[in-house]
Amino acid sequence: MSADSHALAPADHSPISGLAHDIRGGISNPILGMLLFIASEIMFFAGLFAAYFSTRANFVDANGVKEWPPSEFADILNPFSLILVATVILILSSVTLQMALWAIRRDDRTGFLRNMAFTFILGITFLLLQAYDYSLLFQEGLTMGSGPFGTTYFTLTGFHGAHVFGGVIMLGVVLYRGMSGQFSSRHHDAVEAASLYWHFVDVVWIVLFTILYFL
Amino acid sequence: MATHALRPAAPTYSRGRLYEWLTTTDHKKIGIMYVINSFVFFLIGGILALVVRTELAQPGLQFLSDESVYNQIFTMHATLMIFMFVIPMLAGLGNYAVPLMIGAPDMAFPRINALSLWMLPLAGILLVASFFTGGSAAAGWTSYPPLSLDGPLKSPGTGQDLWIVGLILIGTSSILGGINFLVTIFKMRAPGMTLFRMPIMVWTVLVTSVLVVMATPVITSALVMLFIDRNYGGRFFDPFGGGSAVLYQNIFWFYSHPAVYVMILPAMGVISEVLPVFSRKPLFGFKAFIFATAGIGALGFSVWAHHMFTTGSVFLPFFSLMTFLIAVPTGVKMFNWVFTLFRGQLTFSTPLIFAIGFLTMFLIGGINGAFSASVPVDFALHDTYWVVAHIHYVLFGGSVFGIFAGLYYWFPKMSGRMLDEGLGKIQFVLMFIGFNLTFFPMQMLGLAGMPRRIADYAADAGWNDWNMAATIGGFLIAASILPFIWNVFVSLRNGKIAGDDPWEGNTLEWATSSPPPPYNFDHLPEIRSERPVFDARHGRGAH
Repeated sequence: MSADSHALAPADHSPISGLAHDIRGGISNPILGMLLFIASEIMFFAGLFAAYFSTRANFVDANGVKEWPPSEFADILNPFSLILVATVILILSSVTLQMALWAIRRDDRTGFLRNMAFTFILGITFLLLQAYDYSLLFQEGLTMGSGPFGTTYFTLTGFHGAHVFGGVIMLGVVLYRGMSGQFSSRHHDAVEAASLYWHFVDVVWIVLFTILYFL
Repeated sequence: MATHALRPAAPTYSRGRLYEWLTTTDHKKIGIMYVINSFVFFLIGGILALVVRTELAQPGLQFLSDESVYNQIFTMHATLMIFMFVIPMLAGLGNYAVPLMIGAPDMAFPRINALSLWMLPLAGILLVASFFTGGSAAAGWTSYPPLSLDGPLKSPGTGQDLWIVGLILIGTSSILGGINFLVTIFKMRAPGMTLFRMPIMVWTVLVTSVLVVMATPVITSALVMLFIDRNYGGRFFDPFGGGSAVLYQNIFWFYSHPAVYVMILPAMGVISEVLPVFSRKPLFGFKAFIFATAGIGALGFSVWAHHMFTTGSVFLPFFSLMTFLIAVPTGVKMFNWVFTLFRGQLTFSTPLIFAIGFLTMFLIGGINGAFSASVPVDFALHDTYWVVAHIHYVLFGGSVFGIFAGLYYWFPKMSGRMLDEGLGKIQFVLMFIGFNLTFFPMQMLGLAGMPRRIADYAADAGWNDWNMAATIGGFLIAASILPFIWNVFVSLRNGKIAGDDPWEGNTLEWATSSPPPPYNFDHLPEIRSERPVFDARHGRGAH
């Protein structure tokens, strides 16, 4: 084969000679993968948000009144309640996670683990608060089955909650791996990727909170 | 090349071959398993199609007990063919070919690749299992509410839910696969393999993956909302409860129109590899083809509502215009292909014959698609057999012919042996005649006003002869699959030994052995153009 004489490989005896791949800096594979995954997640939530706005725009209650929220749930979603505490906690968790990331970037493993543990606990706290908030709403009569208002509210917040749950698992794995010393300033793609995901989930909540409670 | 191979010194573990295949993360084995899995569901979906055609051969209900069974059969035929055959089959060919074509040792995330694969049989089992749980989904592959809701028009309970879960699984598999392709293509290219030296197949997979990553999650959201409506008392799509049925259609088609390009672009990629190799010419207008592919992908996001013209709730001029615009990049590609063949030194091997089948049949499908883009025409033809003919001319005449071109083209690489040319040509002739005998009558039936999705029709409607012809054609297509299966079966044992490069190919997969080693390449030729193996063969890559 004439191809042999044109080989790039400096050392033809190695099975992988000449096969150095495009690793000249740039974004790492796991992080690019996570960014693309987040892009697809954005589209998933875009579908849900589109459904929310469409439902809301077309909503007419049983008496033919065009009002959102429907009159029987007029003040049920009060932003200045438990949900605000949950919101602050979720935003705070993003801050502590970023601090954990900065810590591991400068090889401060203690600071990394401490902040990671904070983040993990804050994430779980958010989920517990949301569960408690759900129970309060159930008591007041707002459920998945109580018309388009209930359906959209629980679908949007529920899927966000499911994403927080996934994120908490991700944080748990990162924390566990961190405790066994697997991360350093040179090797912490998992931390970067998990933090990207967590920030994304946080941003979704801020948008969700604004739309559902204020708009 | 084999002279440079390093014999692995590591001890070989005596793992069973089955265990090896079930646990592999090698993209080539995963790609082959994608192909096998998709082919199995192609056969199941094909048998369902035969049931449909048998019932429709004559007016009256002769073959099936009642219409609800018919509804299940055609729903599952379309679902399996689209989601379990065409999409994963092309993903499988891509999985096999893309890392080889860019000179990579594997996909970027091999274990996620295996995860994507193994979700598919699971989803397929869920879909098929619904036949044994009191009836499968029966609201058509689109599953429009209120047909798919638990209401007066309800689709049988568990089957529709299994359908939703199955499709979410397939969607997740697609998304993970799409991310994997994108990272592989952006990050794993061999030195010298710039973006504009990538083979067209890789480009089409790239654009397809963008569509998959951005559009598939949207149908996932529609499906979870449908699931909530059916099971948790949700009110998204129920017009009686304050929801909107058209909302579902909007969200559904936002994915399902790009999905059409997911099903055709990689097939276009396959024939864009086949045509230059068998006409001994470079692809005419290489860059134009790439921009046309990207253009189709981008426009694909702005045409979804052309499926909904008759709902009266979409802006007709916009969606009509955008749909017509898609004909422009598609026409560019047609010119690319035709002028690649023009004055080429043609070798009529089976892959080229199937590729020409693609060109001719896809042209018909494309043109009758452009007719449907015209709003007044669409109002007349909506939900008639015209639409069924159109989708089959595009997805069977296009994608399936492209898939077979790809299977005949890469089988020597996958197995190390050639498929038999004679049997391949018999398959093509049977399939080509059967295909036109089935779907050309459907255009006439559509123009004569026969609605789709009906189990029975009036004997005096004038549809009898065309329907009988379509049924005969359907069985001819089924017959054409038998020589293929026999061909694979025989060739795996006794086929002619292929060698590294049986077709004198252009792209990197032909620069390694057949089948390639697990790490793909002992050694890469220099990459100076989009045809590195051609360059190496003809000394163009010399310093």
